[in-house]
Amino acid sequence: MNFIVCVKQVPGTTDVKINPETNTLVREGVEAVVNPFDLYAVEEAVAWKEKLGGNVTALSMGPPQAAEALKETLAVGVDDSVLLSDRNFGGSDTLATSYTLARAIKKIGAYDMILCGYQAIDGDTAQVGPGIAEELGIPCVTYVKKIREIKDGLVTLERMLETGFQVIEVKLPVIITVVKDINTPRLPSLRGKMKARKAEIPVWTAADIACEMDRVGQPGSPTWVRKVFAPPRKTSGRILSGEIEQQAKELREELKRLQLI
Amino acid sequence: MGIRVDSSKCTGCGICEKTCPFGAISIEDRKKEHPRFKRIAVISSACALCGACVEACPFKAISIKKEEQKPSEDLTLYKGVWVIAEMAEGDFHGVTFELLGKGRGLAEKRNTYLGCVLLGNGIADKAGELISAGADRVISCDDAIFKDFYDTAFVETIAAMIKEHKPEIVLLGATACGRGIASRISGRLKCGLTADCTGLDIDSNGFLVQTRPAFGGNIMAEILSGNTRPQMATVRHKVFKPLAADPAKKGEVIDFPLPGGIELNMSIRDFVKDVTQRVNIADADIIVSGGRGVGSQEGFKVIENLAGTLGGAVGASRGAVDAGWIPYSHQVGQTGRTVCPKLYIACGISGAIQHLVGMQSSDVIVAINKDSQAPIFQVADYGIVADLFRVLPVLIKEIEQSRR
Repeated sequence: MNFIVCVKQVPGTTDVKINPETNTLVREGVEAVVNPFDLYAVEEAVAWKEKLGGNVTALSMGPPQAAEALKETLAVGVDDSVLLSDRNFGGSDTLATSYTLARAIKKIGAYDMILCGYQAIDGDTAQVGPGIAEELGIPCVTYVKKIREIKDGLVTLERMLETGFQVIEVKLPVIITVVKDINTPRLPSLRGKMKARKAEIPVWTAADIACEMDRVGQPGSPTWVRKVFAPPRKTSGRILSGEIEQQAKELREELKRLQLI
Repeated sequence: MGIRVDSSKCTGCGICEKTCPFGAISIEDRKKEHPRFKRIAVISSACALCGACVEACPFKAISIKKEEQKPSEDLTLYKGVWVIAEMAEGDFHGVTFELLGKGRGLAEKRNTYLGCVLLGNGIADKAGELISAGADRVISCDDAIFKDFYDTAFVETIAAMIKEHKPEIVLLGATACGRGIASRISGRLKCGLTADCTGLDIDSNGFLVQTRPAFGGNIMAEILSGNTRPQMATVRHKVFKPLAADPAKKGEVIDFPLPGGIELNMSIRDFVKDVTQRVNIADADIIVSGGRGVGSQEGFKVIENLAGTLGGAVGASRGAVDAGWIPYSHQVGQTGRTVCPKLYIACGISGAIQHLVGMQSSDVIVAINKDSQAPIFQVADYGIVADLFRVLPVLIKEIEQSRR
C-alpha cells in the first residue's frame, strides 16, 4: 500500500489579531505549525503502513520554509516527502492548489490512498481534498472518522455527517479527508527527530511537475481576494451583579427581551 | 506574481511582516542590492495577494498589479441565480430556504430569475415548496440514484445542468455534503468557488461579492470570481433568513433527464444515526456548552438540563471532550465544529482562542465562570461571575417559573 499525505503549513491561530485602534491586521510572531487536521491524516497513513507494509509520502505546497512542516511528518514515521515551491504558485486559490497537488501526485505515481486533513485552520474551506479527486478522476470520501478495513483493493470507512455517519465501501485508489475523531497522533521519537533533522527535502517547481502555467498561481485562480478587514466588533458586554437569584432573573429578562427564550 | 516591493521606498521597517495574515513576508538582508537600507521586505509564494500589506505600508512601497484575466467565453450568456436544494431524510435542509431567501434578492439585483435544483427520488410534489420559498424555476431530476447521497451522482447531474442552462451564480449549503460536491463541480467547470460565505452581494460590475471569515473568524475577506461562470459559493446554515412562504407564487418546473453513464464508484453500506445528540449543534438555535469547569461526566447533567429547558443543544470545549466527559461530536472550536447559534451559553469555559474562533460569531453570548479574568468574558454579551453549579439550577428554575 502506498500512501500520499497532503499537509499544509499554517500560521498558529493565536498569531492573527486585529488592532482595534487602527483596524489593521497584526500577526505577532511568525511561528508556523502543521495544520492540526493534517497530523491526523499523517498518523492514519503511518499506522496503516505499519500494518500492511508499503510507503508513505508527505506532500506540501508552500514557500521554502514549509519544508519544516514536512520534517515534522518525517519525525513521526513518514518515509519520503516533497515540497512544491515556486514563486509562480503565489496567489493560488483552492482550484489552482488542487491542480498543482494533483500534478505532483501524478509525478509521484504509484499510490493507493491519498489522505488530507478535512480542512486547514487558516482557510477553513475543505475544498482542496475533493478538488484533487476531481483533477485525478478518483473517488473522494470527506469527513472520514474511521477506516475499518483495507482488504483486496477495497476500503471500508465511516464518514461523519451532521446527523450521524455513513459506512462506505470504496475501491482503491481513493482520496479521503479525515476529522479529529480518527486517531491520536503519536509524538515524534528520538530516532524520528534525528532522521528529520538530517533530511534534505526535495523541492519541485512548476516545471518539474509539468504544470500548464495558466493553471497555477494567480492566473490559474478564478477567485481573488479584493480586501481583508476586521469583523464587526461586538459591543462590549455586561457583567451582571447582585445575588445569584437576581442575576438569574435579570439574565432571563434580557433573553426574553431579545426574544431568545 | 503581481506583487512588488519597491526597493527604493522600502525601509525594512517590518510593519508589513506583522500585517500579513499568511506569513508570506519576511524582512531580509539585502545590503548588496541596496546600499542605503540594510533590510528589505521579501514576499514569498505563500502570498494570497489580499492587499493587507499594501494598506499597512507607511511608505507606499508595496503594490499589487493583478494580471488581467480575459474571460475565455462570452459571460453574458450566463443568466439566473441558482440554489442547489439539499434533502435530509425526505425533507429539505433549512439552508435551502435560507439560500432561496438570499438568492431572491441577488436575482432581483441582477434582473434575472431565481432557479432551484432539486435532485431526489419521488420528489414530484416537492417543487411547489421551493417555488413558495422564492424560486421562479425548479430544475428537477427524479431518479432512484439520488436515494442515498452519492457525491458522484450529484456532481455529474448538477454539472450537466449548469452546462446546459448556464446560470451566472450557483449557491450551495456549506454542509458536509454541499462542501464536497461544490468543490468537485467547480473543479470540473474550472470556475471560482468561495467557501462558507457570510455575506453575498452584487457590485457595480454585476459581480458576486462573497464575504467570508478566515482564520477562524479573526478576519473577514471579500472575494470575487467575476471572470469565470458560474460564480459559486457555499453558505453555512443560519446565516441568511428564509422568506415567508408564499403559496400563491407561480413558477415553472423543468424536468432534466439523468445524464447517462454515471458510475457510482463506491457503495454506501449503512447509515448510523447519532443518538447522543438530541439536537445537532450545527443546526441549533441555542447551544449550552460546558468546559473544564464542569468537572466530570456527571457534571454535564446540569448542562443538559439547561439545554433541555431551552430546547437547545449541548456543546463542549476541547478540554471537556479530551477529559472524556462528552463525545467529540459536541466539540465547539477550531478542532471541532464552528457554530453560530442565536444564543450561546458558555458554562465553565475559560475561552481559549481555539474555542472562541468556533463560537464568537454567535448572535448573543452568555458566559458563566468563576474566574472573572477568563477571556470568555471579553466576547460575552452577558457575564455571570460565579460557580456554574450554583447558577444553572437557579436559572433553570427561573425560566421554568416564568413560563407558568
